[in-house]
Amino acid sequence: MDVLGNTDLAIAMRGVTKIFGPDPQSALALMRKGKSKDEVQAETGHVVGLDDVTLDVEKGQIFVVMGLSGSGKSTLIRHVNRLIDPTSGEIVVDGADVTQMSLDQLRTFRRTQIAMVFQKFGLLPHRSVLDNVAYGLEIRGIKKAERLEKAAHWIHVVGLSGYEKVRPRQLSGGQQQRVGLARALAMDTEILLMDEAFSALDPLIRSGMQDQLIELQSSLNKTILFITHDFDEALKIGNRIAVLKDGAVQQVGKPEEIVLHPANEHIEEFVRDVNKARAIHVRTIMDRTNLEPCELMVPEDARCEDVLPLFAEHKWVGVANAEGKQIGQITAKQVITALARYSPDVPTQ
Amino acid sequence: MFPQLFDTRPMRRSVDEALNWVVRNWGGELEAAAFPLLMLLSSIERLLIAIPWWAVIGILVGLAWLATRTWKLPLIVFVSLMFLGVMELWRDAMVTTALMLTATLTAIVISIPVGVWMSRSTRVRQIVTPVLDLMQTMPSFVYLIPTVMIFGPGKIPALLATIVYASPPLMRLTDLGLRNVDPAVMEASRAFGDTPTQRLFGVQIPLALPTILAGVNQTTMMALAMVVIASMIGAGGLGYQVLQGIGRLEVSRGLFAGLGIVVLAIVFDRITQAYGKRLQARFGLSEVR
Repeated sequence: MDVLGNTDLAIAMRGVTKIFGPDPQSALALMRKGKSKDEVQAETGHVVGLDDVTLDVEKGQIFVVMGLSGSGKSTLIRHVNRLIDPTSGEIVVDGADVTQMSLDQLRTFRRTQIAMVFQKFGLLPHRSVLDNVAYGLEIRGIKKAERLEKAAHWIHVVGLSGYEKVRPRQLSGGQQQRVGLARALAMDTEILLMDEAFSALDPLIRSGMQDQLIELQSSLNKTILFITHDFDEALKIGNRIAVLKDGAVQQVGKPEEIVLHPANEHIEEFVRDVNKARAIHVRTIMDRTNLEPCELMVPEDARCEDVLPLFAEHKWVGVANAEGKQIGQITAKQVITALARYSPDVPTQ
Repeated sequence: MFPQLFDTRPMRRSVDEALNWVVRNWGGELEAAAFPLLMLLSSIERLLIAIPWWAVIGILVGLAWLATRTWKLPLIVFVSLMFLGVMELWRDAMVTTALMLTATLTAIVISIPVGVWMSRSTRVRQIVTPVLDLMQTMPSFVYLIPTVMIFGPGKIPALLATIVYASPPLMRLTDLGLRNVDPAVMEASRAFGDTPTQRLFGVQIPLALPTILAGVNQTTMMALAMVVIASMIGAGGLGYQVLQGIGRLEVSRGLFAGLGIVVLAIVFDRITQAYGKRLQARFGLSEVR
């Protein structure tokens, strides 16, 4: 149980506000009096980065924070390991309030409890891939033989075996980000922060990296806080998604909740262009009452896009839970209705 | 005429008297303090003169080859050094090289920490920068005279003057190099919980090294530019030959000794630059030719 009385929370942010400028406290006082961010900026020249952000990230989740550029999402993730100090609010990670840590405690926290992957990779150009992956362990004070062994292992896991002696600049963007990922994974921390980790990559490579991340997550079961501006990416990898705009959280929920019930116009704009077949899980729309035997079963975390091709051969398919027991079935008609119903552009009746 | 606003003579007199006081009361101590520098200079000088000429040429040609892996630069270095030997300037060239190397080494020891300090604090930078401007623009005779008064004519004032003139570019470029280190790399290192020392030696200095090396190159060049002035107060070497050439109206002596200085400058400039380029290529900042 942590100081806030919550169990199983890896990261809890409570009323986190960040104001950039020479005198953030006076600007904060103005905001507390009910002035809007634009008014505060016009009056004092202070920029509001985060506006009263409250988030709960459960252990073992991939929690995605989605927002356009300037929405404050990179600022948000940097609060979790305090690369940026908040103006006010609490950030509790694994039961400890990060904002109250001394510099020494903070250093130990960063070395042992949290690792980060960056959009711009942040690799050391003068070191080999092997030494880059070992860098975090070196900082932690792990002996050379041990850290190089671990580094070699994680280089193998991310699929870069054979590149150990190469320097980062000789690698492609995708390969460089694998090095960044291996460097973070080598720390073997419970929590992984990923700041637009795949945004700088080509679409195909990005998709491959997303698959790899999901696969890694299923075997490692870490808590991952993932930042992206790409709604499709958020839907693909996120267990939960928070949508951020102008530094404030607009909506938090499961991917399909956001697709099916967008909280406001801003989110609806994202949803309109989204691939709904990817966002909607079959279990949310399946028929739970009709359990007649069927030729084919899909797992309950299958998405509409996974079952669509099956309807070419089958009238319906069953949905099975983790133990392989049938819990429902789904027809092509149900899927089509689900995909059509939530399109605001298409009249429903 | 500019009107006399107040009498400046007492002020001038007090400056002169202060210097005299320092010379009288602290001359011995200051000389003792500078003694290690003198030791360094004379041991480098003795070493360079003791090593046979072909070995010196071999070492420098070898360094040039290691830096470029082509035969062009080693050839230039070889021809340049042969010129010094053939023109009977070898010993003077070694004396000058010793002065330059000592000044450069001392400048490195002083300037890199100052540069690091400047890069960490804007205030320090604001204070140090005008001092550096002063060091580079103040005519060297102005501070040569007091140093000669304190240490007497000889190698120490020559060395001090060279160090004062040659260290500013290294301080500036160390500061610049450290400030320009990619912030993304710095942030990544910070996120892994580094200590400031780990960041300085593991990230900042390695990434700033090409710029710092450019500063070392500038320092060697500035040090060579001071040799004629340094020889006026007893540094000897090629500068002294130039001085004698001027004094005796012996144009050839001045010309060849002057060319000798140019040749030394070319050798050390090209070698240090080649190492800088090699380093940059290692980082992938530029392509290897």
